Amino acid sequence: MPRLITKSPLAGLWPVTHGGVALSEVVLEGITSVAVLPGGQKAVDKTLKPLGVAFPAPGLFSENGALRLVWTGRDQAFLLNGTLACEGAALTDQSDGWACLRLEGAAAADVLARLYPLDLRAAAFPPGRAARAALGHMSSVLMRVEGGFEILVFRSMARSAWTELEHAMQHLAARAGA
Amino acid sequence: MRLTCPLCGERDRREFYYYGADDYLRRPAEGAPAAAWDDYLHNRDNPAGETRDLWYHEAGCGQWLAVMRNTVTHAVLAVDLVAPVAQKRGRK
Repeated sequence: MPRLITKSPLAGLWPVTHGGVALSEVVLEGITSVAVLPGGQKAVDKTLKPLGVAFPAPGLFSENGALRLVWTGRDQAFLLNGTLACEGAALTDQSDGWACLRLEGAAAADVLARLYPLDLRAAAFPPGRAARAALGHMSSVLMRVEGGFEILVFRSMARSAWTELEHAMQHLAARAGA
Repeated sequence: MRLTCPLCGERDRREFYYYGADDYLRRPAEGAPAAAWDDYLHNRDNPAGETRDLWYHEAGCGQWLAVMRNTVTHAVLAVDLVAPVAQKRGRK
């Protein structure tokens, strides 16, 4: 049997920096969709307790070390960097379906302001906040982490997202330099 | 125009897909007379004033919303999730 090489969604693209904002790929160790079944919330909470994360309210994420549970919809969250076994939720492996990008730097929110119609200033969108919103025309999950943002996009659109973000970074850097 | 999604907060109108009047939530029961189905499928009011219609939060949480708005003043009066109501009805 041939040995297959695992490639990350953005393999071959190296981190870029424009105007003090850095764009890079985050390679996640698994993504599991946790969709709570009707009446299953108690069982889910019980399963999550020993993991040190809580089921997030809309627009938030909960984390413990590398493990993160981010709100993605009504009664639904994505577990990043971990797995789960629970009767109270429909669990689906989404690991190969999404790419994760990281944007860091003082002007990261200004870059994203060019693509997201959201108020991303630190006061309105502090670390621990998450949003389902469109990055340009792409569905995404946006998370504010310490020092920057992490963005989940469909794997099939990973390079488009990268290109759009890099363009926004270049435009902002050019304007700052003018 | 902005809609305040109960889950996502205040969002731009372009994130939403418009479906139509909330009459679609009141499907006639099995065996209902033809006139009830005619109403359900074809007959719509066109009010100058308050109306309630269905919107889909396409670029956000992916939920159907029932939006009460005023067609004269363009005020958005209420935005509610459809799913909890529909689920409750399904359990009956």
